[in-house]
Parts: sequence; C-alpha cells; structure tokens
Amino acid sequence: MPTGRITITLEVNGTPRVIAVDPRTTLLDALRECLGLTGTKKGCDHGECGACTVLLDGRRINACLTLAVMQEGHRVTTIEGLASGAALHPVQTAFLAQDAFQCGFCTPGQILSAVGCIAEGRATTRETIREGMSGNLCRCSAYPEIVEAVFLAATQPGSP
Amino acid sequence: MSTLFGSSIKRREDPRLITGKGTFVDDVSLAGMVYAGILRSPYAHAKIKKIDATAARGLSGVLAVYTGADLTDALIPVPCAWNLPNADLKLPPHPHLAVEKVRYVGDGVAMVIAESRAIVRDALDLIDVDYEPLKAVVNPEAALKPGAPVLHADVAGNQAFKWVVAGGDADGAFAKAEVKVALTIKQNRLLPTAMEPRAAVASYNAGTGQLTLWATSQNPHIHRFLCSVMLKLPEHRVRIISPDVGGGFGSKIPAYADEALVAFASMKLGRPVKWTEDRSENYKATIHGRDHVQYVELCGTKAGQITGIRTTVYAGLGAYASTAGPGVPTILHGLMYSGAYTIPNIHGTIYGAYTTTTPVDAYRGAGRPEATYLIERLVDTFARELGADPVEVRRKNFIPQDKFPYTVATGITYDSGNYEGTLDKALGMLDYKGFRAEQAKALKQGRFLGVGVCTYTEICGLGPSQVAGAIGFGGGLYDSAIVRVYPTGMVRVYIGTKPHGQGEETTFAQIVADEFGYPVESVEIVSGDTDNTPQGWGTYGSRTTAVGGTAVKIAAQRVKEKAKKLAAHLLEANERDLEWKDGKFMVRGSPDKAKGFAELALMANVAWNMPAGLEPGLEATAFFDPSNFVYPFGAHLCTVEVDAETGQVKILRYIAVDDCGNVINPMIVDGQVHGGVIQGIGEALQEIAIYDDDGQLLTGTMMDYAVPKASQMPHLELARTVTPSPVNPMGVKGVGETGTIAAAATVVNAVCDALAPLGIRHIDKPLTPATVWAAIQRAKGGAA
Ligand code: FES
Ligand code: FES
Repeated sequence: MPTGRITITLEVNGTPRVIAVDPRTTLLDALRECLGLTGTKKGCDHGECGACTVLLDGRRINACLTLAVMQEGHRVTTIEGLASGAALHPVQTAFLAQDAFQCGFCTPGQILSAVGCIAEGRATTRETIREGMSGNLCRCSAYPEIVEAVFLAATQPGSP
Repeated sequence: MSTLFGSSIKRREDPRLITGKGTFVDDVSLAGMVYAGILRSPYAHAKIKKIDATAARGLSGVLAVYTGADLTDALIPVPCAWNLPNADLKLPPHPHLAVEKVRYVGDGVAMVIAESRAIVRDALDLIDVDYEPLKAVVNPEAALKPGAPVLHADVAGNQAFKWVVAGGDADGAFAKAEVKVALTIKQNRLLPTAMEPRAAVASYNAGTGQLTLWATSQNPHIHRFLCSVMLKLPEHRVRIISPDVGGGFGSKIPAYADEALVAFASMKLGRPVKWTEDRSENYKATIHGRDHVQYVELCGTKAGQITGIRTTVYAGLGAYASTAGPGVPTILHGLMYSGAYTIPNIHGTIYGAYTTTTPVDAYRGAGRPEATYLIERLVDTFARELGADPVEVRRKNFIPQDKFPYTVATGITYDSGNYEGTLDKALGMLDYKGFRAEQAKALKQGRFLGVGVCTYTEICGLGPSQVAGAIGFGGGLYDSAIVRVYPTGMVRVYIGTKPHGQGEETTFAQIVADEFGYPVESVEIVSGDTDNTPQGWGTYGSRTTAVGGTAVKIAAQRVKEKAKKLAAHLLEANERDLEWKDGKFMVRGSPDKAKGFAELALMANVAWNMPAGLEPGLEATAFFDPSNFVYPFGAHLCTVEVDAETGQVKILRYIAVDDCGNVINPMIVDGQVHGGVIQGIGEALQEIAIYDDDGQLLTGTMMDYAVPKASQMPHLELARTVTPSPVNPMGVKGVGETGTIAAAATVVNAVCDALAPLGIRHIDKPLTPATVWAAIQRAKGGAA
C-alpha cells in the first residue's frame, strides 16, 4: 500500500464522513471505493461524459476531475442523497414520468446535472436545456426524453 | 378485462436506476478483492523482442504479472464463434496476451494483478517491452493487395474469407440493362461507446471448483460456454452473472480475452479479481463497428424498374476474428441486398480482411445498416439518373403487400410487410409535395434544402436454430423462460435473454401479468445469472421480445393450463365448462363458483388436494425456437438545410414511421426508436473512428470521437403502422435496431438531395461540415 494517506472530512449527503485517501484519489473514486456510494458512475474518468456528476456545495461538478483532498470540508450530494426519505426529488420524479433513460448508467449524472442546471437558472426552454445538459452523454440516446424531463422538473409548480 | 399488452406502463427497472441503487459490474466488491490491469500495445504491428517485468513484479503490492508465454498452455485461444461456411474462412489463433507479435494498438501484452488500482497503474508503467515495429495496414481493401504487410503467418494476403451471395442472373441483368448507376461507399468505422465500460469480477472457489464471473454481458450463456472453453473449466462450474448493464449496442456480445484473463488470475491466486477498462481501453480494446469499402451498382429500366444489384465489399475484421465478426458483413448484410424491393438479380462478393486495427464485430444494426445504406443510396442515385422522384421509384419496386411471405433473390423469406403503408403515412406527416415546392423556392434564393427518404426492411428476431447451424453460428438461436409461481401467488420469470436498457423487465412482466390477470407488480423478471436462468442465447439482433418474449408467453400459458386443471378439480367441474374471466376461472353460468389465480397458486404449491396425475407446484419452462426471422420495416423522412458557406447540415425535421408488428409497450418502443435514430444520425453526421497510416487510433477519447449530445439532436416525429408477424403468437417483431438501420441512409440521402443542384452525387458519411464544405468546393471548382 502506498504510504502518505491523508485523512479528510467530507459532508456527504448531509453526513460528515471521515476517510483516509491516497492524495491521488479523485472525488469520484473516494465516493465509489472508500464510501461505497456506487450510484455515481465512471464513464470516462476524464471529464468528457458527465456520468460522474455530483453536486458540490450545490453546484454540479464532474467528480472525476477533482481530487478528494481538495474538497475537505465541502458538501457533496450524490444520487443516493437526492431523495428525502421515500419522497423522490422532483427531478427524479420527472425522469420517471418521461422515461428519460434506458440502461440507466448515465442517469445519476444526468439527474444531478439537471438539478444543477435548473438551479443555475439555465433550464428555461428546451433549447437552453439541450445546451445546459450537453456535458452529459447518453449513448442510449434518451435525449428527447431527458430534455422533456428537465423541462417538466424546471417548469412544474414548486419546482426546485 | 383490459390488458397490459399495448399500454405504456412505466418501467419496472426505473426506481432502482433513478436512485443509484442499480448494480453494475464495477459496483461489485468482494472481500479480499484485488485488481487487474492490462498493458496494451502502443504499436499497431510489431514483433515483441523482449518483455521485462522484473521491476513491476518487485513493486510492493503486486501479486503477479502474466505475459503471453505464461498462458499458452493454460488457456485455449479466444474463439471466434461464427464459423462462416463456404467462404474459405481462416481463423488464426487469437492469444489472450500477445506472443511474439502485437497486431493492433490495444492488443494485450501483459496483465498485472495488485492490491489496488493505483498500484496496478504504477506496475504497468514499470513493464519494459522491447518492440520491433512492423508496417501497419488499416484499410481492408489495401490489406488484400499484394505486398500488404501480413498479420498472421498462416493467412496469406490477410484474406479472412471470401463469401458470395447470389440470386438470379446479375451479370445478365447488367449486360442488357437500360440504366446503370454505381457508387463507391465507405462505411465509417464506429465506436459503440456503451456508457458503461466493460468490466469483470472473477471469484474462483478452489474448494468447489466453481468460478463466478460478474461480466458486462449481453448474453451470459454464450459467455459461460466460451469461458468454459477458454479456461478449460467444466461448463457447469462456470457461473456468469451479468447484473445491470450500462448499454451494449453489440459491444458486450463477444467473448474477449480480458474477462477470461481476470478469471485465470483468480484461479491462480485464489483471490477475487476485478478489472474495469478505462475509456481509452474501451476505444482500443472493445470491438468497433462497420468499416466497409463498398463498390456497388444497380441496374434497371428507364421506366424505373430495378433489375439488379451487384456489390464488391471489403469488410475490415480488425486484427482477429471477433466472436460474431465473420457473420456480420455476410449473413447479416449480404442476405438483405433486396431491401424492401423486388430485385430479381443480385450478386455480392464480400471479402473479409485482417487489418492492424481493433477487431470489428456487431454494432447496433450489425451488417444491416451497411446493406440498407448501400441500397437506399443506390435507389436515390438511380432515381436521380432517371430524373424521377425517389419516392415514386421506391413505390414502383416495393414488394406488394399481398405477396407476403415473400422470398427475395438472396433466398430469405420476409414474413410480412406493408411498405406503402408506412411510406404514405410518412409522406403525409411531412407534406412531401409542399416541401418540394419550398425546396424549389429556396433554391432560387441560393439556399440548399433537401429531403431524404429511406424505406427499409431488416432481418431480426434471430432466429431459427436450424438456420443458425446452417450459417455456422456457433450456438442456438431459440430462447427460454421459466415462469415460477410462489405459494403466495407472486411470480418470478427467469429468462435466457439479457435486457440491458430495452425494458423487458417491464414488457415481459406485462405479458405474464396479462396471462394471469395480475397487476404487473406481482411479476418479477430475472435475467443475467446463468445459475438460475435457463439456457438461452442473449439479447442482440432485436431478438429479445420476438424470441425470448414468446418463450415467456408460452411458459405462462403452460402454467395457466395447469392452473385450469387444478381449478376444474377444486370446483368439481369439467375443464371444458370453465371460462377465464376477470382473473378467475369460473364455471360458465355460475360466477360464484370461481377460483382466482393466487388461490390456485397456493393450492398447487401446498398440493393438499391435487387431481390424479397432476404434479404439485406451479411453474413451467418453455424454449421457443422460431420458424423464421422477423422483418420490421418502415419509412423514414428527413429534411435538411445545408449551409453552402460552412458545410453545416441542419436537420429541419426527422420523421420515422416504423412497423414492428404488435407493440407491447408504446413508450418503450418510442424510446428504442429515439435511441436508434439518434445513433444513426450520429453515424451520418459526426461519428468516425480514424486510424492514421501507422495504425494509431486518432479518435481515442470522447473528446475526439463525436458521440451525439443533447444539443445536437433534432426533435424526432414518430408514428407507427401495425403489421403483425405470423412467425410468433404475439405478432411482434423487433425494434432495437430499426432506427440505426434507417437513419444514416435517410440523412445522407437528404443532404445529397440538397446538394444535387451543385452536381454532387454522393458524399461519404460522416457529413461533418469540413467534409460537406470540401465536397461543395470540389463541385464548384468542377463547374467553373
Ligand atoms: S467519468 Fe467524469 S466526466 Fe466521465
Ligand atoms: S440511459 Fe444508457 S447511457 Fe443514458
């Protein structure tokens, strides 16, 4: 085992988590490997696909592009922490309603990205949604449904 | 009672996927697990002079380093499972790790096993390989030319096979034809790019001799079979578990060296071993698609009747024949040369070539897009030559609706069709005449509008097992289901197919729930684990519903027949006097004398009061082997505007009218069509895997290979007609690949239509702005 592990605290889905990581560990690997939160997916590890999108202090970020040690003390929201109890997040509900995925591999990243996109105020029209969601690839190409889902979530009453 | 068949109920698989609770292979962690990494060749073609792994072996945390020499006795080389007959097929050995020579960038050279992924990476860097580079050849036609570098010592001239499809007298037809047109077509090489890279977790139990291999697989039983061969393990001790799979598109059909290597390491070391490819490995070491050079010609009469088609096709197989590699550009391609038309004379010669590139195998559509594209491009070119409307030329040559089942010149028999029906519907949606007027007006203003039409049919629902045997497919093509009813009435269905995004956890549950008068929630579909699912052949070739779904239906019917016998016994009635109504068997005329399905499930499972001769329990198994393939069809229309200044293609409208027979869940079918069409548009406009002359993959990342994004795709307008298939009792066909099969031809036809006034006849896809711009410049230069 390489020496020089660093102990850090992340607030993950509302709970402070203490982990010891090799300084090279990305936030993505820290979530998946150290914390067992495998809902966040790795599609490229290079910031090219968006599968690893999580919220960092409420803003969307590619978890593969940042090191875990850089996020000491920050708030991370993953797909596992999006719903409040049994109640799905409105974006999750919209994805269900619109059939916005097929294999589901890109889906956690799409949903977190959608939450971020809506919060940024960029999800006003289908056109801006297409643009705002273009960092999240879906090879099943559920784009028509994804765009509808984000539109639905962004425009329904009481939307996030 | 209303049925679930035909209704867009929400998908059963969704809740777990939407909450991050799906289990994909890389999510599997086992106690004591170690990690594997594979060192891959940076050269397309080179001799391996020496491998020095001393430093890597010495690194703390490294358990083992294996090279090709360590495996030659331990493993049977990676098999090709499509032994194409009558083609002089040459299958040189495909070692799990290269010995003596590497043959493509990405060819495995060594495997490291270590305690962590980070140590694996460090150790891979420490392996020193001394290569002597050799010349590369990446173009399949060039590979067959004299003097081309030879990949395999025992395959002279790199020719993997020569396969001929013939019907009628094509040479005769061409000799006396009034009109002939010809095209040279390049089928761009594509990267399947499932969002989930391939992964494997192997766990060997030396005590029981059982290997459990979690693998990203579209067909776990095929993987069990081929892994047992490669690893020399008895097949009943190999268990493949393919959990949630993040897309395949064909790339998770083949048996790869890597999964067997991981299993080998687990057997050697007595530890569970995990391997997950990274994206650059995925692009180098997971199969590619397409890659043909096609010389094609069509002949016909001045009145627009097509009389013949001739092709010479060079199909790149890559460095080795992948699992289904030889079958894709032949059986799944050449047999479809008649398209939707009555073409009496057909001749095709297809050469398979080994090239110093990643192996090529099935990618969504697999052979059929390459066929549809060449036919539909030829028909358009023919119409242009005649000065006729491409729509009318198609109509003139359609196989008439009343002629099905129809045997085409290549010898296959289409099950059912109504090509005019889909075409008319699509034309109506577009207002074809209106668009033609608009196009003419725009041209006067110097704007280039075009409309593309593609009327396709395709062969899917693979297929009768007897045919599989005859065409050299190394397996059966029936499929299977076990319907098991528990004492409480809950139902589990174990299937031999392996859905991975196509929604059969839902549609199959709809089939069974309908049969039993149940809500869909009472039925659970289980796939992917070879230890509890019956022998089947997996999900590909748009076969899952037509073949596997039929097995589900038949098994459910068997269960119901047994339940009926029990109901008759318990009701002290004659079976003939029972009717099935509102989810109950009731004595005709006495609705109070009735037994619901759940009650019968309990009584069958406790067996307190069974009629003589009826066994306890309530379950049934079915294996369904279809009598024929199924042939979905449709008409796709697309309108475009091409910016002549920049070469940018803008899709204005895309209309897809498909006929896949009866539809179980319209929402899911729409999703499949959307996905298929968008992948086809990607192929038409932006996707291409490029090798340089040295065999380096220039499109090795997602930044270089243009997978379509949300921002790039047009709104799609979908509609359907319904022409049931007579081949299976539900009348269903397949729909997973139709979109991809149709879309590339549709879009390219539209762009070529737009640019026809400039004298442009054909541009090879992908129609990137640079490519289109260059074609426009050439045309203008030629005109000047
Ligand atoms: S895995 Fe992070 S962007 Fe692809
Ligand atoms: S749902 Fe499969 S990649 Fe998006």
